[in-house]
Amino acid sequence: MIMSIARRTFLKATFAASSTVALGALPIAAMADWPKAAFEAKTVSDALKVLYSSLDVTNSPDIKLEAPDVAENGAVVPVTVSTQLADVETITIIAEKNAVPLIGQFKLTKNSVAYVSTRIKMAETSHVVAVVKAGGKLYSTKKSVTVTAGGCGG
Amino acid sequence: MPDNSTIRIKAKKKSDFIEVKALITHPMENGLRKDQETGNLAPAHFIEEIECQLNGQVVMTAVWGGGISKNPYLAFQIKGGKVGDVVALKWTDNQGKTDEVTASVK
Repeated sequence: MIMSIARRTFLKATFAASSTVALGALPIAAMADWPKAAFEAKTVSDALKVLYSSLDVTNSPDIKLEAPDVAENGAVVPVTVSTQLADVETITIIAEKNAVPLIGQFKLTKNSVAYVSTRIKMAETSHVVAVVKAGGKLYSTKKSVTVTAGGCGG
Repeated sequence: MPDNSTIRIKAKKKSDFIEVKALITHPMENGLRKDQETGNLAPAHFIEEIECQLNGQVVMTAVWGGGISKNPYLAFQIKGGKVGDVVALKWTDNQGKTDEVTASVK
């Protein structure tokens, strides 16, 4: 009984808080093009739907995804994505089992080489997925990374 | 580059591209991590947007979440370019803070 009351109060408080946040964030969200919904997505496919309005992704051997087989520290996992595919528009990096799977999206121009390298957080052992949009089509590749100590509840 | 900048950047001319490497000082809190002392969640504080320009023209932008590691490392490459070109890098975080730096290509 006590539990359920607490839960109700909690839910009410959560709804109140979320609507306040939504209203407060509106002007900022309208100015910037940070894809909030994609970073709130809990699954890889939900994130891709928001980012690309499509789930038509082809596995491609032409994407090179470099990441360690074993990451001793999940807080700092080096990831490098490069590709020989032509007309690359974006490179997206995803850690499949993170609470927030989407790590980031890099938007390239005709003056960029299709190459990005960064360090990501991984909560647990999972696939790292690289999605490349090239010539209007989506391609991806993935690599399994074993995490021996998770990073930052990410 | 001023010592108080949050960005350390190097831009080097390679065969047919410029290699840019940057290290940014930023907590990159994803809002899901518990503070060890208080047990409360550390508030989200992470870089949301990155913009890179070559001689004033945008060549790469990125949107990030809290899944990028603390004190982010970023390397990318720009086609063509020459020694003396100016590379600029700017970040904006979810709290509206921002910083930018320029470097000449060596």
